Amino acid sequence: MKKVFSRPKSLKENFIYHYCPGCGHSIAHRLVAEVIDELGIRGITIGVPPAGCAVLAYYYIDVDMIEAQHGRGPALATGIKRVLPDRIVFSYQGDGDLAAIGTAESLHAANRGENITVFFINNAVYGMTGGQMAPTTILGQKTTTSAPGRDITLDGYPIKMSEILCLLPGVKYVERCAVNSPANIVKTKKAIKKAFQYQIDGVGFSMIEILSQCPTNWKMSSIDSCKWIDEVMVKEYPLGVLKDVTAPEKKKGK
Amino acid sequence: MSKRIGMEIALAAAEVAALCRPDVIAAYPITPNTHIPEHLAEIVAEGHLDCEYLPVESEHSALSACAGASAVGARVFTATSSQGLLYMGEIVPIIPAMRLPIVMALGNRALSGPINIWNDHSDVMAVRDMGWICLFAANGQETIDMIVQAFKIGEDHRVMLPVLVNLDGFQLTHVVESMIMPDQEEVDKFLPPRKPYATVHPDNVVSMGTLGLPEIYTEAKKAEDEALINSKKVILEVWKEWEKTFGRKYEPIESYKTKDADVIMLTVGSMYETAAIAVDQLHKEGFKAGLLNMKLFRPFPADELKAAVKGARVLIVTDRAVMCGGAQAPVCAEVKSVLYDEPVRPAIVNEIIGLGGRDVRVDDFIKMFKKAATADKVKPERAYEIYGVRSS
Ligand SMILES: Cc1ncc(C[n+]2csc(CCOP(=O)(O)OP(=O)(O)O)c2C)c(N)n1
Ligand code: SF4
Repeated sequence: MKKVFSRPKSLKENFIYHYCPGCGHSIAHRLVAEVIDELGIRGITIGVPPAGCAVLAYYYIDVDMIEAQHGRGPALATGIKRVLPDRIVFSYQGDGDLAAIGTAESLHAANRGENITVFFINNAVYGMTGGQMAPTTILGQKTTTSAPGRDITLDGYPIKMSEILCLLPGVKYVERCAVNSPANIVKTKKAIKKAFQYQIDGVGFSMIEILSQCPTNWKMSSIDSCKWIDEVMVKEYPLGVLKDVTAPEKKKGK
Repeated sequence: MSKRIGMEIALAAAEVAALCRPDVIAAYPITPNTHIPEHLAEIVAEGHLDCEYLPVESEHSALSACAGASAVGARVFTATSSQGLLYMGEIVPIIPAMRLPIVMALGNRALSGPINIWNDHSDVMAVRDMGWICLFAANGQETIDMIVQAFKIGEDHRVMLPVLVNLDGFQLTHVVESMIMPDQEEVDKFLPPRKPYATVHPDNVVSMGTLGLPEIYTEAKKAEDEALINSKKVILEVWKEWEKTFGRKYEPIESYKTKDADVIMLTVGSMYETAAIAVDQLHKEGFKAGLLNMKLFRPFPADELKAAVKGARVLIVTDRAVMCGGAQAPVCAEVKSVLYDEPVRPAIVNEIIGLGGRDVRVDDFIKMFKKAATADKVKPERAYEIYGVRSS
């Protein structure tokens, strides 16, 4: 019989995801693992998981992993990559991790043009700590710390980290994707692959932002969460390639 | 009038903090204190409290925002745990140096690594010498009482220092307890609005948080040390007033069955109540066990400690943190240095217990008591023991 679906080799065997049913993290993990398999980089990849719901990513993705403290991923990844420039180094971060407490690290690793790949899981809340408002929370979105809905006068605007990073010359490739539908999942996988390929080719800093459903803290069914990404989130965070330096100029000695 | 309530302690802490009418609350979520600021955000959003709730992007910013607000005269509350406290770290010593009476609820949690979200005291011990008044609650009632007391103590012009109210993560933060909650009128009466000592005004320009050159840094540090030492007088006054008003007694070191006790144990925080059950059981067996609980850790209650251990043959000091590479665990190190000059003092045993959420049960306390009973004759092999640690 022809095998049409199996576990990527870069996902560990015999685990049960601790993620909530319908969570986007598990899809993103699988995509990263599939791409690592397809590019044949499992033996040379090092991951940096965050503080956040993905804190246990090393339970699932079967490559070397070095845990970062909350927000410090891109700085930690910088240290790894500078010592081991022939390895493929990625950090995997939530929006609290990357766009709140770790804003400085994200911005500066990007600005230095570190040849690393950042996966930015944007679910518009602090998932792990129980669904508080994040800088990425949509205007009007109700969270535990924005009960009446996010209000510009008190809480400012949803921060668009991908657009901000695009302004930096050190940043070579940024794409915003989503994991809420089969079509979007296919596109996300392509983007992940391209980002890793750019790192392999020595192009420089790339980031893939992934809009990711958090049914638990959005207090929605899994299906409604997928719809909410299309109907609400995408309006604030449009999908697509935001920056791509198509004529890659190889960095020497990095 | 005060009312008996049954509530998760973190939520009760938030409710009582709201009764203190803070003008500004700034916090970033971290387990296990999260329910405190989260519930305060709700209280503010529902219009029950006129307060700026600042959902800043990190603890580093949270405590900085608190500093700014407090410096210009606001009553300020914040809460955190573990790595959050360390991430505030740069600002932590600035607050007492600027004499800002911020109140922080610290849901005690082990420091990483390894990453651990459960309870011990390694977080507070990392900042214990940075100039904050440090109170430890043993239960929900003490948590809510201490939050009100903390504002009154810290804002007193004879003190003007920040106060850390420690409550054990999960063991207290997440437990539903029966507590007596004061009402708004009672809190207002006990705690009048803050009267800032110095504030900004164009007619009287001030500089705060200034440079301390070598010519003055030493004196500034001495002043800070003395301010903290002198705060004890006010703490005792506030506790007396609290007892008079609310009928609940507070003292730097609480004692339980220590009269004629042969072996006394010192606890800090919520382990006190479990250890008390062990003491009761030991008494039934004719073992004269006694118990002390340190509620005030900074300023260190040296005189009270000396008095409390008088007559005991052995003193067991429990610690909830390892002082890596140190001579002793932190509480015991200090206890020993206080008792060193006493002409007669008990033999001292140091037990490090309950690290990173490890349970310590009644049986464990009984074992510690029994083992320590001979410590005055047979000196323990090591200056401290990590109780129950597996070596293989
Ligand atoms: C210094 C510090 N502060 C706070 C925390 C608590 N904390 C852990 S994860 C997290 C937010 C997670 O949100 P996000 O990054 O959006 O990831 P998600 O869980 O939604 O995937 C917080 C506040 C921490 N670990 N360290
Ligand atoms: S809380 Fe949200 S982000 Fe975290 S595992 Fe559950 S669904 Fe996923």
